[in-house]
Amino acid sequence: MAAVVSAAPLRRHRPIGRRLVHGLLIGVALGFLLLFLLLPLAAVFVEALRKGLGTYVAAIVHPEALAAIELTLLVAVIAVPLNTVFGVAAAWAMTHFDFRGKALLGALIDLPFSVSPVVSGLIYVLLFGAQGWFGPWLQAHDIKLIFAVPGLVLATIFVTLPFVARELIPLMQAQGSDEEEAARVLGASGWQIFFRVTLPNIRWALLYGVLLCNARAMGEFGAVSVVSGHIRGLTNTLPLHVEILYNDYNYAGAFAVASLLALLALVTLCLKTFLEWRYGSELAARAPRGH
Amino acid sequence: MTIAITHLSRRFAEFRALDDVSLSIAPGEFVALLGPSGSGKTTLLRILAGLDFPDSGELTQDGRDLLRVSARDRGVGLVFQHYALFRHMTVFENVAFGLRVRPRARRPSKAEIADRVDRLIKRVQLDGLAQRYPAQLSGGQRQRVALARALAIEPGLLLLDEPFGALDAQVRISLRRWLRHLHEELHLTTVFVTHDQEEALELADRVVVMNRGRIEQVGTPEEIYQQPATPFVFEFIGKSNKLPVRIQNGRLVAGDQRLDADGLDGAADAGAIAYVRPEHLALTPTPLESGWRATVRHIYLAGSIAHVELDVPSLGQSLEAELGGEEAQRRALQPGAAVTVQPRHLTVFPIDGKTGEPDPERRRVAHPRYGQAALARWR
Repeated sequence: MAAVVSAAPLRRHRPIGRRLVHGLLIGVALGFLLLFLLLPLAAVFVEALRKGLGTYVAAIVHPEALAAIELTLLVAVIAVPLNTVFGVAAAWAMTHFDFRGKALLGALIDLPFSVSPVVSGLIYVLLFGAQGWFGPWLQAHDIKLIFAVPGLVLATIFVTLPFVARELIPLMQAQGSDEEEAARVLGASGWQIFFRVTLPNIRWALLYGVLLCNARAMGEFGAVSVVSGHIRGLTNTLPLHVEILYNDYNYAGAFAVASLLALLALVTLCLKTFLEWRYGSELAARAPRGH
Repeated sequence: MTIAITHLSRRFAEFRALDDVSLSIAPGEFVALLGPSGSGKTTLLRILAGLDFPDSGELTQDGRDLLRVSARDRGVGLVFQHYALFRHMTVFENVAFGLRVRPRARRPSKAEIADRVDRLIKRVQLDGLAQRYPAQLSGGQRQRVALARALAIEPGLLLLDEPFGALDAQVRISLRRWLRHLHEELHLTTVFVTHDQEEALELADRVVVMNRGRIEQVGTPEEIYQQPATPFVFEFIGKSNKLPVRIQNGRLVAGDQRLDADGLDGAADAGAIAYVRPEHLALTPTPLESGWRATVRHIYLAGSIAHVELDVPSLGQSLEAELGGEEAQRRALQPGAAVTVQPRHLTVFPIDGKTGEPDPERRRVAHPRYGQAALARWR
C-alpha cells in the first residue's frame, strides 16, 4: 500500500522530458513490431487470398503441397520427440551430476544456435553425401541419407537440438535436487522419481520447449534446404515448397502455403502466451517458499 | 538398532568434509550433530541417509553394512533443511508418497494408506490442512508436513537437517518442545544437525560437537557445557573468556597474579591458554590481596542476570563476567567502578612445544585457592 501511495505524487511530478522519452520508447517498440511483424503477417494472408478462396484452397490441396505438409509433419514427429528425450536427459545430467566435460556439454548444446543453419546442413552433406566421409560406405550398403528423408530428419534434429534443454536447464537448476533426494529416501525408484516428482515440476517449461522446438522443426529452411535436393513431392518440406512456388512465379500459391506456416506461428504464439501466463503464476506460487 | 560409524572420511576435492569420524548411536537416542558450517555435520547426515558415500570407513546397523544398502532401501526418515516438500502435491499426497511408491507386494491398500496418513496429519497437528499445497502453508506447518512424510514410512532412524533453521524464533521454540515430546512418545532413534548450541543442548540426549570434519567432543549437554574438552568447544559453546597464562611450579601465572590452584599437580611448566566462563569470575568492590584489579566498563541487566564487561589492565584485555542482578545492585556495580576479579574455575590447555597449539590431551581444570581472609571478606 505504502508503495502505491508514494508512487502517485512521483508520477505527477515526473518531468515532461522523461515522459516524452517514455512515450517515444514505447512508440518505437510498437512501431517496430507493426512494421516488421504485423505488416508482413497481414501481407501473407492478403497475398494468399488475392486470387480468391478457390485458388487458395487449390494451392493447398495440390498433391505437391500435400506431400510437403505430410513430410513436414513426419520430420517434426520424429525430430521433436527425439529432442525432447535428449533435452530432458541433457538437462538432468547438467543439473544433477558433476562430471568431466560438463561445461563442454553446455557449450555443445548451444552450438546449433551459433552455427548458421546452412553450415549445419553442409556438415551433413560433407559427412554423408556421395563425396562425403561416410558416403562410399553408405552407398555400398544402399543407405540414402542425403537428398532423402533421413537427411532432412538429421538436419532438423541438429538445428532444433537446444530448444528443450535450454528451456529446462535454468528451471531445474533453480529447483535443485532436494525433492528428488527426498523421494529417493522415501523409497521411490528412478522412474517413480522422474514421473512423480521431476516431470510434474518441469511440465510447463517442457511443453514450452517442445512447442518452440516444434515451431522451428516445421519452419526450418536453411539446413533442410541444403540436404533436401528439392525433389518435388518427395523431399520438399513446407518452407522449401514455398520457395519453389515463389521461384515459379506462383505468388498466390507460395503465399497460400506460407500462410499455413504463419498460422503455425500464430498458434505457437498463442499457446506460448497461455503457458507463460500459466507457468508464470506457478512460479509466483512458488515464491513464498523462501530461500 | 545400534548404528556404528567407524573411521569415516569424505573429501570433496581438496576439502576434507569428514576426517576419520567414529561414533556409535544407541537405539532410541536423540543425538545432535553440532558445529559451524563446513564442519562436516551435514555430510555425515547425508551419509547416514544414503545420499552420499564416504571415501573410507564403515557404517553398520547392528552389524549390517549400511553402505551396501541404497538410500531407497535404507528405511530412513529424512527431513530436509528447506523441507523439500513436493510442491505440486497436497499435504495428504506428500505424506502418502512413501507408501504409494512401495512395490505392490508391500504397498498398503488405499484405505489403509488414507487411514495412516490421516493419523499422521493429526499427530503433527495439521488437521484440516490435508488438501492444501505446500505454498499455502507457513514455515512451521511445512516443517511438520516434512516430518509427517518422513514418519509415514515408519523409519528405523529419523534424520533432521537444521530442522528449525528456517523458522522464526518463537515458532522455533514451540516446535523444539513439540519435537522433544514426539521423541519421548515414539522413542525413535533421531539424529539432527544444527549450528545452534541452544537447540542442541536443549533437545539432545547426547551432543556431538564437530569442527573441520572431526569430532571435537561427544557428551551429554551438561558435560559439553560444564567440561568442554577442547579449546574449540569452549569457544563454540556458551560464553567464555580466553586468557594467555603460564604454568609455573604448579601455579598459574596470569597477568600480575600468581595463583595457587588445585588441579595443577605435576603439570609441567609451559605457556597455556586458559578459559573461564563469565559466571566463574567473582567480583568484589573492595581491593583484595589476590585477584586482578579491574574497572567496570559496561554493565547491563538481562532478566535476572547482570552482564559485566571489565577492563583488566594487568592482563591487557577485557573480561566478561556474569552475576545475579540483585547481587550486582548490592555490590553497587556501575560503569567506572573499581573491582577485584577472582577466577574460580579455569580450564587450562598447555601449549604444545612442537605445534604451538593448545593441547586438549593435557587439559587441566584449575581451582585457584584464595586466602582465608580474602574469602571471609568476600562472603
